[in-house]
Amino acid sequence: MSITLLLLAVIGAIAAWWLSQQRLMSKPWLEVGAIDDVRGTGASPVPAATVGLGVFLAVVVTLFALLISAYFMRMQTADWAQMPAPKLLWFNTGLLILSSVALQYAQVAARRGRMEDVAGGLVAGGLLALAFMAGQLLAWQQLNAEGYFLATNPANAFFYLLTGLHGLHLLGGLVALALTADKVWRGLEPGQVRLSVRLCAIYWHFLLALWIVLFTLLTPWVGDFATICRQLLT
Amino acid sequence: MTTAIILVLVALGSVLFHILSPWWWTPIASNWGYIDHTINLTFWITGFVFTAIILFTAYCVFRFRHQPGRQAIYNPENKRLEWWLTIGTAVGVGALLAPGLFVWDQFVTVPKGASEVEVIAQQWQWNFRLPGEDGRLGASDTRNVSSSNPLGLNPNDPNGRDDVVIEGDALHLPLGKPVKLLLRSIDVVHSFYVPEFRAKMDLVPGVVTYVWFTPTRTGTFETLCTELCGAAHYNMRAKVVVEEASEYQAWVRKQKTFAQLSARTRQAKGTQ
Amino acid sequence: MVDTTIGAAGVIQPAEVKDVELYHPKSWVTKYVFCQDAKVIAIQYAITALGIGLVALVLSWLIRLQLAFPSSFSAIGPTDYLQFITMHGMIMVIYLLTALFLGGFGNYLIPLMVGARDMVFPYVNMLSYWVYLLAVLVLVASFFMPGGPTGAGWTLYPPQAILSGTPGQDWGIILMLASLILFIIGFTMGGLNYVVTVLQARTRGMTMMRLPLTVWGIFMATVLALLAFPALFVGCVMMLFDRILGTSFFMPAIVEMGQHLKYGGGSPLLFQHLFWFFGHPEVYIVALPAFGIVSDLISTHARKNIFGYRMMVWAIIVIGALSFLVWAHHMYVSGMNPYFGFYFATTTLVIAIPTAIKVYNWVLTLWRGDIHLTVPMLFALSFIVTFVNGGLTGLFLGNPVVDVPLSDTMFVVAHFHMVMGMAPIFVIFGAIYHWYPKVTGRMMNEALGQFHFWVSFLGAYAIYFPMHYLGLLGVPRRYFEMGDMAFIPQSATTLNIFITMAALTVGFAQMVFLFNLIWSLFWGKPAGSNPWRATTLEWQTPETPPGHGNWGKELPVVYRWAYDYSVPGAKEDFVPQNQPPTPRAA
Repeated sequence: MSITLLLLAVIGAIAAWWLSQQRLMSKPWLEVGAIDDVRGTGASPVPAATVGLGVFLAVVVTLFALLISAYFMRMQTADWAQMPAPKLLWFNTGLLILSSVALQYAQVAARRGRMEDVAGGLVAGGLLALAFMAGQLLAWQQLNAEGYFLATNPANAFFYLLTGLHGLHLLGGLVALALTADKVWRGLEPGQVRLSVRLCAIYWHFLLALWIVLFTLLTPWVGDFATICRQLLT
Repeated sequence: MTTAIILVLVALGSVLFHILSPWWWTPIASNWGYIDHTINLTFWITGFVFTAIILFTAYCVFRFRHQPGRQAIYNPENKRLEWWLTIGTAVGVGALLAPGLFVWDQFVTVPKGASEVEVIAQQWQWNFRLPGEDGRLGASDTRNVSSSNPLGLNPNDPNGRDDVVIEGDALHLPLGKPVKLLLRSIDVVHSFYVPEFRAKMDLVPGVVTYVWFTPTRTGTFETLCTELCGAAHYNMRAKVVVEEASEYQAWVRKQKTFAQLSARTRQAKGTQ
Repeated sequence: MVDTTIGAAGVIQPAEVKDVELYHPKSWVTKYVFCQDAKVIAIQYAITALGIGLVALVLSWLIRLQLAFPSSFSAIGPTDYLQFITMHGMIMVIYLLTALFLGGFGNYLIPLMVGARDMVFPYVNMLSYWVYLLAVLVLVASFFMPGGPTGAGWTLYPPQAILSGTPGQDWGIILMLASLILFIIGFTMGGLNYVVTVLQARTRGMTMMRLPLTVWGIFMATVLALLAFPALFVGCVMMLFDRILGTSFFMPAIVEMGQHLKYGGGSPLLFQHLFWFFGHPEVYIVALPAFGIVSDLISTHARKNIFGYRMMVWAIIVIGALSFLVWAHHMYVSGMNPYFGFYFATTTLVIAIPTAIKVYNWVLTLWRGDIHLTVPMLFALSFIVTFVNGGLTGLFLGNPVVDVPLSDTMFVVAHFHMVMGMAPIFVIFGAIYHWYPKVTGRMMNEALGQFHFWVSFLGAYAIYFPMHYLGLLGVPRRYFEMGDMAFIPQSATTLNIFITMAALTVGFAQMVFLFNLIWSLFWGKPAGSNPWRATTLEWQTPETPPGHGNWGKELPVVYRWAYDYSVPGAKEDFVPQNQPPTPRAA
């Protein structure tokens, strides 16, 4: 649980920073404001949707932090047998990086108002993400073919669970991406799609970072590393 | 007016109920008198706070009830009062916590020389195992469980051969000797609880947990399961008999060891 | 679009003015069924939650009847009993309390109290309700599947929860887990709305320190829920894998009824950690909105500002933060490393300090107030009694050595029913009597309300106060019957009969409440826009009930905090938040 607590501490620190801006020490009953000295609400100038995405990402971070905590706790039992990560995962990682790059490109294009490039970036990003998911499914198939079934070992079970949940989050992202692409298709102004494209790009970068963390954890050397650490500690 | 009186009655009624209640803990039969003392201390402190707050509320409701012409005072805060209340609460909490942690330390620290007894739970029955003459419990594993080896002892471990196996029957304990129960389950989570001993601990499949106490009173006591373990949870009981050392020894001699039991099943199979 | 002309130069515009496009329902279906208006969603949430809550109430009668008259009802067997307690607990905690406080009160009150036109993501908000309804339907479906609903206890501890010794192993547990997963997804959609609306959609002048404590409580509870529910989500998904796909996340090697199962190596304690990492914050997810609402009820009906507003806000924040550090106090006797006990005992008892401060401040708000003993005020008083009682018994259970003999006995049952059953439910009742006039435009019947209050309060106290003593005696919880145990005297059964009688009486009073709820809708006294003469924004809407968009043409501007009651020199004993200050003589 220490990993979860650590990440919650980070979220808590962000919350504390925000709270520190809210003048919690003020005495509100002394501050009867005439119209001219009504202060701003303290609501940030960031659009609500961006804040919403930020909060959602905090939830997703907590979700995966808990899974990773569970992963490390379960790893300590005797029956743990790390399975090899298929080589294909490296290729898939490359696809996801390219997908992220494409969306970054779309975002920059949206900021500069080049709608054709936006459309290109979105489509390329979406197709690359789909290719990533296909690649993940292929990796599952390879593992199954080699006899690494879901229920054979907890290490396998965690591999399928973590990659599966990551894939589901990407799937949700693809829905948002499709809606954004639809806006571009219908010929909306750059100003009207800029925010959507930006949010998609942020989400994609987040999922890429999350995937890299998961990939690192799922490769065998992490298990060895954890064993070494535990031996050093005990 | 009525409201205030009823609030007073609730506060005083609770205190009276507490004093007059015929439902109270069972007479203790182990060394955990400290636990009872901590509960009593907690009752005193919390009882005082409860009565004080409710009576104060009742007073306010009576004294400051709405009447024509009454105006509430405008009083956003009183730093000093709030700080004093905070400090007072912190002291009260400390007074509960400090003895609690002190006793908890004893509760989790098994004294040297405590004799080991294993408790093995299954749906919905209690089994026990004593270490036998060598004083050591043999290795065990749920995977070894079979109809002839219901506790899952390792048949190849020489330490286990003389272990005394008690299947679905009462456990006897000698008076005045500290005993460390090693708790194990072969199916779901159970919890070992003898109200007179005060001690309680879950039995978790896959791990061995422990709890210790010293029986201080002879008699027969009831063991309950206090962790939901399925349909017959409420009926999962066993007896624990605390007796003088001589009677205890006589009882132990009558019990079957693991070796005897497995020889018997082998014979039974042979004659079939 | 929103009229933005009111802003004076140099004043930061609230972000929502630019972002929210007002939602206009076009047909009956979009107005009342697939509606994106937070107020309608709130009512949908409330009706669904109360509806499923009725099921849980009926289950509690069956539980009590069995406990009072064991082996008199051939229709209630041990497995039925376990199914009753499981569904009763789960429905009450998750599908009633959580949904009603956050989905119901949160949706209704947040936009109105912060001066917004609606939630910031109305469409997602609507989805939230429909996913919640689906979760409820899946839960209800489990009653009708072969084997019935799960009887694993609301804690759902594996391995027991998914083995055949527990009722509902076929479908019940699967539907239970699926329903929880749906609930969490639905809640997350709503929760994003509540948080971001408080963050981004406050009207001009509504600083965080001018928010009513109701909003603070619901806001903080939502933050806790967003961060705590993932733990339950993870636990449920992993248990579903264990049950359906045969993995061994939580399942060690098991011999069940003489059969070796193919599980091995898993850790039941891992699930308990995940469950309580959610489960303890869950207590505060229910408690914090209650804290907030009761502060406003007491302040309004005592005609006095809440005492120590700042301390109240800080306490909510501190309790919220600490609630993530105490989860394993539910596991002192679970077999986890016993040395954790020292840490969790300390954090648990420390959390008592901010909680106590809140209690002092409620009581001190009454001091030298002008107390109107309206039904909401009475319920607030009953909250103080039950919450103080239940909070103090929490000090027993938070202390590991005291917890050892008491855990998993009726003492625990009495404790949590007092502190997170009765206390929040009394706040819910008080809140319904308080805000009903705003929601419907009519007052609830006072006489019926008084009757409902006195029977519920005294009855509930008579149920749960004596129950502690059964626990002290050593009667375990979740027991189908006490049986003939040497240490249990015959009088314990008499006490059980008394408790059951009280429970049935309280249950009857709830029918009166439901009757009142419906009767007043048609024949209640017209309320006017601000019957309690309250200061907060929801009472200052141009229409009652508030129309779509809440505020007519212009958003309100806030000039003061939420508690200007009985201000010296003011014309009336309350000054609404949006009332401009009188110009000072220059």
